Amino acid sequence: MSTDRTTRQKVEAGLPRRRRKEFTFKMLGMLATAAGILFLGVFFASLIGEGASAFKQTYLQLDIELSEDVLAPGGELDLAYADFDGLVRAALRRELPDVSGRQERRELYRIVSIGASYQVRDLVAGNPDLLGTTQTLWVPASSNVDMLIKGNIDANVEEALRPLSDKQIAWVEALREAGRLETRFNTALFTNGDSREPELAGIRGAVMGSLYMLLVTMMLSFPIGVAAAIYLEEFAPRNRWSDLIEVNINNLAAVPSIVFGLLGLAVFINWAALPRSAPLVGGLVLTLLTLPVIIIASRAAIKAVPPSIREAALGLGASQTQVVFHHVLPLAMPGMLTGAIIGMSRALGESAPLLMIGMVAFIVDVPGSLTDPATALPVQIYLWADSPERAFAERTSAAIIVLLGFLLVMNLTAVILRKRMERKW
Amino acid sequence: MQSTTLILLLGLMAVTAFYLGRGRSLSLVGGHGHGLALHSLPGYYGYYVAIWVALPALGLLLLWVLIEPRIVVALVVNGLPEAYQSLSAGELNLLVNNIQNLAAGDVVSVDVDEVLQNAASQFTGYSEKSRQILALLAVGLAGLAGSFAWRRIHPDLRARNRVERVIRWFLIAASSIAIFTTVGIVFSVLFEAIRFFQEVPVTDFLFGLNWSPQTAIRADQVGSSGSFGAVPLFAGTMLITAIAMIVAVPVGLMTAIYLAEYSSARVRGIAKPLLEILAGIPTVVYGFFAALTVAPWVRRAGEAAGFEVASESALAAGLVMGIMIIPLVSSLSDDAINAVPSAMRDGALGLGSTRSETMTKVILPAALPGIVGGILLAVSRAIGETMIVVMAAGLAANLTANPFEAVTTVTVQIVTLLVGDQEFDSAKTLAAFALGLMLFVVTLFLNIIGLSVVRKYREQYD
Repeated sequence: MSTDRTTRQKVEAGLPRRRRKEFTFKMLGMLATAAGILFLGVFFASLIGEGASAFKQTYLQLDIELSEDVLAPGGELDLAYADFDGLVRAALRRELPDVSGRQERRELYRIVSIGASYQVRDLVAGNPDLLGTTQTLWVPASSNVDMLIKGNIDANVEEALRPLSDKQIAWVEALREAGRLETRFNTALFTNGDSREPELAGIRGAVMGSLYMLLVTMMLSFPIGVAAAIYLEEFAPRNRWSDLIEVNINNLAAVPSIVFGLLGLAVFINWAALPRSAPLVGGLVLTLLTLPVIIIASRAAIKAVPPSIREAALGLGASQTQVVFHHVLPLAMPGMLTGAIIGMSRALGESAPLLMIGMVAFIVDVPGSLTDPATALPVQIYLWADSPERAFAERTSAAIIVLLGFLLVMNLTAVILRKRMERKW
Repeated sequence: MQSTTLILLLGLMAVTAFYLGRGRSLSLVGGHGHGLALHSLPGYYGYYVAIWVALPALGLLLLWVLIEPRIVVALVVNGLPEAYQSLSAGELNLLVNNIQNLAAGDVVSVDVDEVLQNAASQFTGYSEKSRQILALLAVGLAGLAGSFAWRRIHPDLRARNRVERVIRWFLIAASSIAIFTTVGIVFSVLFEAIRFFQEVPVTDFLFGLNWSPQTAIRADQVGSSGSFGAVPLFAGTMLITAIAMIVAVPVGLMTAIYLAEYSSARVRGIAKPLLEILAGIPTVVYGFFAALTVAPWVRRAGEAAGFEVASESALAAGLVMGIMIIPLVSSLSDDAINAVPSAMRDGALGLGSTRSETMTKVILPAALPGIVGGILLAVSRAIGETMIVVMAAGLAANLTANPFEAVTTVTVQIVTLLVGDQEFDSAKTLAAFALGLMLFVVTLFLNIIGLSVVRKYREQYD
């Protein structure tokens, strides 16, 4: 008799269905949360799997005869014209004496990096007395050999389809068996600037560029941001102008970063004629970009200072400025610093606006001042990610690991600062 | 004198001025014991003099830095022979660049002749002289203003009020930078965009279906004249944004619901910071991941299912962008859900509804405005996102709704147009500013609506 069911019976009849729904809903929620965390796991796993090998690099050991006949034919050593490349090649030929013929030799020379001759040049330049001696050096192998050793080039595929020939692979094997080939920590990655040769490319230039930029950003955006926050929280009368400022700051925090790049291009480079690709301009653009973040965080920190502090100081006869600078500001400082660090970490990861102001150029030199052409760490990642060589993919991941390392340190500092200085009123 | 040394010198002068000013104020009333006879604390007299020393000199320095290069260049150009004076603006610019490079000892793009050499040495001479004049003027001004302030010190001088007024003006100036930035953005994109629309009609830009910005660089070059119909770009942006939203909105919303209503405090304590890490990863890293890991994967999966997938498909870029936006959607939804008064939740639960029924029938409808506002902000973020699409989406402007094809977006085109080697005033580079204007206007619109909805909603339950 379905029509005569009591309310209780109706509810009970519906319960299994409702419980099933409840279960599905809960599972969906769990799934969504897990999906985000899963992605994070996949992301870090693939990044570390890809990038870890870039911290190692294959080196060849060569006995290089620094013969005076080659380097100083007229008795005079001229570093710019001396044939260091020839010395490296001669050393390779001595190492593998059974290589003959122009074609084969040319193939042989390709297993060593062009960086080898620079290394020999620097050695001789640093110590000209070595002329005439034989030096045993570890020089970088070419990126293809490096990839072979790391297993990124499969020796079993057809010869035409891989960048190393059968002969080259055999020579590498021979060198390895003779103990002349080794993988070691890749110092070049941290001490060199950018290069077209993957085995010589490093992130030092990009890191220095980022550092200079952050220096400019920090020096400008922290004082200005704190000053703006103080004004808006403590002094600003409630009028149109301060409302306008308020709306503007909130909007600027959400304006796409590339638009700030357009602003930088039009104002700093075209109008103010500041140099292109300079960390100074990058720092200025990033200042404008991070200001809203810092202002919003600083205002929150000022708001958290209880009014009783202000009232007590005012009651003892302090002026409003004295109240702010002697009492409110020191108490709000930890929160402001936390905001500043978070703003800086956002600035460090930003790349789109830097593309607009010409910081994407291929720059080999490590910048030495605020106006030297430079690139930044995220832009370097972008540039390497675009390079076709297999070896650059690995270096890109390594550069990303370094960038994430910096960000991690900054954010941890912010968290620790907040934890240790936080005060409950 | 280098400008850094000059600034250091001015700083030193200001510090000295502080002590001199403070000392004078005290000596006027007869030493430390009589400070009460002064209107302000002695330190304020010090600050008063220091401000007089530093501010005018720094103002002069700033003015000089802005004006000096133009004057020096004009002087050098005036000194050039007649033949050079009649060059076009572009060529003259190049020449000046070369002169500057030569003077700095850098590589020069043309053969160095006597004229150039002379101009370069003239340039160095003028620059040197200008630096000397600046140093002299700045130090002189600082000294003059400082002694003026020093003479004005008097026990009745309201030094504190004056110093505080300067501080107040500094604070106002700092907070006004936000407005100047907005004005700067509007003007910098608007002026260039207007120049673009003088060459290409607005209607062609807004409604044209064909985007191929390749214009001939030289007059004698074979090349298309360029066509600037931006509809394919808008469509591509929409497509990628839509894919991103399809990923981010359900996942972000469900995550927020789960963490707010179901999970234990421990799970929340672990999951929330982990998801916040997603928000902190730089976009260039997402771009790399999209291009090298997700795109090939999408392609393999699509081909296994029998679709033809472009290697730079909209799907890969959209998926990764969606993942990037998850934390934003989830934290804004979390705010909205938490703002619903607990009386509503308790009431629904007390009447016997399950948690999911409470959520879908009571809390979500109440929180809807806040969530929608948050989604608008997320859409604005997706539209303006640059690095992911630059690295993972294509350059070809296809007008398609097929997520497996390559599309291009507004931001991608801005980057490709400006990271080229065209003259700055060619239609091609100006088009980037027109696109930038569109981007700014659309995102501004979304932000204003999103922010005001979120705020109004918050106030409603406060």
